[in-house]
Amino acid sequence: MRFLLLFSRQGKLRLQKWFTALSDHDKKKIIRDVTQMVLARPPKACNFLQWRDLKIVYRRYASLYFCCGLEEEDNELLTLELLHRYVELLDQYFGNVCELDIIFNFEKAYFILDEFVIGGEVQETSKASVAKSMEESDSLQETMEEYVNKPTY
Amino acid sequence: MSDVVEKTLTALPGLFDSQTGAAKITNRLKQLIKSITELTSKHEEENLMKQELSAMKEQVSSPNTTMKQMREVMVRAMYCEMLGYDASFTYIHAIKLAQQGSVLEKRVGYLAVSLFLSEGHELLLLLVNTVLKDLQSTNLIEACMALTVVAQVFPKDMIPAVLPLVEDKLSHPKEIIRRKAVLALYKFYLIAPNQVQHIHAKFRKALCDKDPGVMTSSLHIYLQLIRESPDDYKDLTGSFVAILKQVVGGKLPMDFNYHNVPAPWLQIQLLRILSLLGREDQSTSELMYEVLDESLRRAEMNHNITYAILYECVKAVYTIHPKAELLEKAARCIGNFVLSPKINLKYLGLKALTYVVQHDAKLALQHQMTIIECLDHSDFTIKRETLELLFRITNAQNVTVIVEKMLDFLRGCNDEHTVIHLVGKVAELAEKYPFHSLTGRLLQRMTLSRVHKKYISSYKINTNLLCVSFYFTSYVPIITLTFAPDNSWFIQTMNDVFSIGGDLLQQDVPNNFLRLLAEGSESKEEDDELRLYAVDSYLTVLKGDTSHLPQRFLQVMSWVLGEYSDLQECVDQREVIRLLTKLLDQRSVTSETRVWILSALTKISEGQTDLILDLSESLSYSQDTVLRQQAQELRHLSRDSQLHEWALPRGAPWDSMEVDSSLSFLDGFVSEALAAGAAPYKPPHQRQEELCEERALNLEPYSFSLPVSLSSCSITDRQSPTMLSVSSGISGNSTELSQKAGSSTVILEGVKRVWGKDGYLPQKETAATAPPVDKPSIAVQSSGQQEAAERTEPQPEPPMQNQDKQQLASSLFVGLGAQSSISLLGKSEAPPPRFRKKPRPHESSSSSGTSERSSVSSSRSSHSTTDGFLYGSLLEEEPATSISGVDHTPKSTTANGLGQNKHTDGDRRTNTSQILGSDMVIVRPNTIQDKYPSSVSSDLTALLPPDLKDLPHSDVISLTSDPSLSLASCRVFRDEALLLVIFICNCTETVIKDVAVQLTCEELQTASLRGNVVDCLEGRSTSVCHYALLMDDPHTNVSFTGTVSYQTQPGHTNTLSFSGTLSTADFIRPLVVTTEEYGKLWLSLSHDVKQNLKLLTAAGDPLRTTLNALKDALQLHVVDIIGSEGIVACRLLSGAPCLLHCRVNGAALAMWLRSPHPALPDCILYHCQRALAEH
Repeated sequence: MRFLLLFSRQGKLRLQKWFTALSDHDKKKIIRDVTQMVLARPPKACNFLQWRDLKIVYRRYASLYFCCGLEEEDNELLTLELLHRYVELLDQYFGNVCELDIIFNFEKAYFILDEFVIGGEVQETSKASVAKSMEESDSLQETMEEYVNKPTY
Repeated sequence: MSDVVEKTLTALPGLFDSQTGAAKITNRLKQLIKSITELTSKHEEENLMKQELSAMKEQVSSPNTTMKQMREVMVRAMYCEMLGYDASFTYIHAIKLAQQGSVLEKRVGYLAVSLFLSEGHELLLLLVNTVLKDLQSTNLIEACMALTVVAQVFPKDMIPAVLPLVEDKLSHPKEIIRRKAVLALYKFYLIAPNQVQHIHAKFRKALCDKDPGVMTSSLHIYLQLIRESPDDYKDLTGSFVAILKQVVGGKLPMDFNYHNVPAPWLQIQLLRILSLLGREDQSTSELMYEVLDESLRRAEMNHNITYAILYECVKAVYTIHPKAELLEKAARCIGNFVLSPKINLKYLGLKALTYVVQHDAKLALQHQMTIIECLDHSDFTIKRETLELLFRITNAQNVTVIVEKMLDFLRGCNDEHTVIHLVGKVAELAEKYPFHSLTGRLLQRMTLSRVHKKYISSYKINTNLLCVSFYFTSYVPIITLTFAPDNSWFIQTMNDVFSIGGDLLQQDVPNNFLRLLAEGSESKEEDDELRLYAVDSYLTVLKGDTSHLPQRFLQVMSWVLGEYSDLQECVDQREVIRLLTKLLDQRSVTSETRVWILSALTKISEGQTDLILDLSESLSYSQDTVLRQQAQELRHLSRDSQLHEWALPRGAPWDSMEVDSSLSFLDGFVSEALAAGAAPYKPPHQRQEELCEERALNLEPYSFSLPVSLSSCSITDRQSPTMLSVSSGISGNSTELSQKAGSSTVILEGVKRVWGKDGYLPQKETAATAPPVDKPSIAVQSSGQQEAAERTEPQPEPPMQNQDKQQLASSLFVGLGAQSSISLLGKSEAPPPRFRKKPRPHESSSSSGTSERSSVSSSRSSHSTTDGFLYGSLLEEEPATSISGVDHTPKSTTANGLGQNKHTDGDRRTNTSQILGSDMVIVRPNTIQDKYPSSVSSDLTALLPPDLKDLPHSDVISLTSDPSLSLASCRVFRDEALLLVIFICNCTETVIKDVAVQLTCEELQTASLRGNVVDCLEGRSTSVCHYALLMDDPHTNVSFTGTVSYQTQPGHTNTLSFSGTLSTADFIRPLVVTTEEYGKLWLSLSHDVKQNLKLLTAAGDPLRTTLNALKDALQLHVVDIIGSEGIVACRLLSGAPCLLHCRVNGAALAMWLRSPHPALPDCILYHCQRALAEH
């Protein structure tokens, strides 16, 4: 997997993750081209596209498009399910996730992604494990927050 | 009491601060997001962002900003970057946050780093220390974060610093840490594979980890490793099969399930690994049949994820050694995919078919109706995939229809990348199927006659076809039918390719096409026919509207018209000139194309003085100097018909034209000018170097740059105004290019033919399942296919439409299942591509003279003899290798050497080094160490095998050493190669085992002759290993690198790397020739370079002194010295010669070098300069 993009129906980028080193110029070009291509697709069309030498797999959830760039040998259907699993994880974390959750807590969405996919490869396919590691870091976050905010008397 | 109050009071302001502060900050992000969504124009957004960024800048640079506030700033910075605004001023603060913050802030800091900085960013170096610290932290979460960031972005050079820590984490009690460590190692493996070579054993441990998550992660590494060298991991097949069995059997914990399917990601990873392991390996494949069968059977649930697994399963079944039963099941699976109403599955089915038809073309037949439906599918992606599939099943009989379909698609397509991709494929097909065999033509006519009306009419410029038909009907009416569809089809298709592909086309498409026209085939008539079609077709095109035509197409047309328009007798040359001149006036035509057009006009201008004079007159005021010059030439040529005839001989075969690319006829002029005190010509790169020299001290050795000098470039011949000369000038031999073209066109030919016409080749019984379309006679073949089409038709459609489709089907799939019937007529499956038409001994195209060709081939042949000689002499040496004591050489190494003899050149190139024999030389320590304890290096020369001792060799220099081993090398100059002798000394008293040397050098061919693997090296002894190095192309300096691995204790492998440089001087050998031979050779060489060098005036005879100095430094052979001139000769090993002509010119030495190799003179000149400078 080369990259993961989340963008809204208006083409506004909500999340971007690049798994290979690219220049800013290339990134912008990819974002522009891919959002245009994906947004132009009719609703019942197939979820796969070709962009240059990359395969693009996208899926729409409500007003948000999840979109992946794959290499030639990657499996498209599996990636489609990978996107689905990511949405499930987001859903589990935020509880009935919506676009606003991701807009306002995008760093959380990144944290979840980092627990799920590393360097373009699936790291953990067990939903429970991802949830657990998120919980652990978050609980620490909360205790830290409590600790910091605790009056010192 | 008062204490408490005091405490509370002091804490209060901080409390307020932090609370209100935090609230304020989180609000700021929310506010930013909200206000951005409320904005209406891009301009407003930019203004707002500008404000925001400057506020952030202020905040990060303020010393009062707490880490907590910084964390919020980082989140905002991430947001700004996501919107595409540059927040690079925060990068350094992200690193700082990761370094100094508490766990919570660290997390944001690391995230920001991984988002902001990509792999090569220099700021990442600052992160290394933080990562090191966190990796050592006892806090689980800190270690997790560090590993996560290491697995995402980490500077390549700093890997050794963290590697031991990451390795330790592999045995961490927590599985999440182990998992992340494995992934970090995977990342390291991807960016720097040799850094993690030594931990392969640990990968195995990770594979056997009790946690399925860790095991899954380790498979990423294994997939990569196995992809690179499947043979090394065959022993793991059993384990992978066992794991897959457990997974499929549902033995994993429930939380790895995805929609009730057990660990699909794991399954797919394993299936990929198995297919790589089982490829072309029957015994390994047999191990996995059962589990593949199980996977196919289990994956029955109707869910995307099961289809993903099935797809991977099918690919595996078709990749490994075939088994009929599994193939049948897999084929059924593909059927389900293709017939599925779900569009994603249909897409996957087409993809699977595309993969499978390479092995078994018949499968496409079963689904022909679906494929045809997909061709007209509304979805662009599906259409594209279908064309890809059709491209794979193209044969001589369906090529016209398939190409037409592709062109149809292209006309409606506006995606640049797709156009380039597909147009290339069309051109490939057009060139591949020339219909030269009679049966092909007959079949062609049969199929075409049916689809003729429908498809021919859709040609864009079909008047041309009619024109061709008319032309032929007037001469030989019978032949028209047979010929019209092929040559004209080819030209027509190429016309479409050029007009659709336009200027996006890859340059090799027009180049190949023109070469094809120019080089022709065995029969001149056929060639001329093709050329004639082209001329006719282009005249028709040019008579129409030309303003929209792409430049490439215009260039091709003008070249063809310039070369071949005289073949067409019924067209007035004046008409051609008029058409071309009209093009020149067009505004849209670029100046490059104008040059092409003018060259064409120059060729056909003979006898049309009035038109040409007008033209050159009008062009002589052009802004473009090149055009003005050409116009000038044109005028002179048209005035002097004799000169024209001499410069551009009509109808002369251009490959026999002699071109003196060395411009030797100017020699007199040059020497006169030099004698009169003119500065000698310096190639541009040399001027550049001298310029640099003047500016500053250059501490680096000069790097060798490609000569772009006029003298070493060959003259542009009349064939090619711009492009062709470049392509032909590069190597001067087209075999290489045509091979390349051949290899890119191969579709089915390159694939190992496991699959014959009747299924898998060795298993004849599967042939019984051949489909009903295999009819014996050619006459009933097409109707048979129609029947088959009807049979596979899922739902009967309205008859009219159906018939259309069936017709299309029969024309698309003709020849797929019915090869047997065709072969009855004695036709081979695929005709050879056009490029391989004529086996010419002198394939080189045009420009460079005959001399270069012969020398190229001679250097080739000498090369091959070199190889033979190298190994031959090795055999002779064998008995003499042992100096004292142990000789481990078993007699069988002789046979070993012989076997290697057969290895082709290509083999040796791929293997960086080869183990030829395990013989080695072991020397007892007392002989050297005791006698000369001080200078080890000079003693080492004594260790040279006796047969090498007499050869010229360099001093022994130390390469590298560590406490146990020290390495030294010595260069031995053999005529045909440079031998690099590496001495491996054991510095310890103990035995060192399994010493293996590996040497690599990109620019050179290396071959290990012996001794690069030593089982056991006694204490204080030395082993000798030889490498033969060959240089094909001169490089000023080449560097080699290598590693020695050895074991001091069993199981504990150390590696020691070394490197060194070699100069061309090491590869230069004297060329002993007589003065007469020198003279002959001098005239035949093409690439020359002239330069004034320093003359050594210290001793009596300056010329002799200088030449001797050069001779000593570079091993040149001084042929003769006559008066103030001397001639010297050398060669690059036993390959290309280089002749040097030196003349004393005042206080300088005018050096003139010639060689068949374009780069060699520059290279030798460089070394001469250095040698004289050092003197």
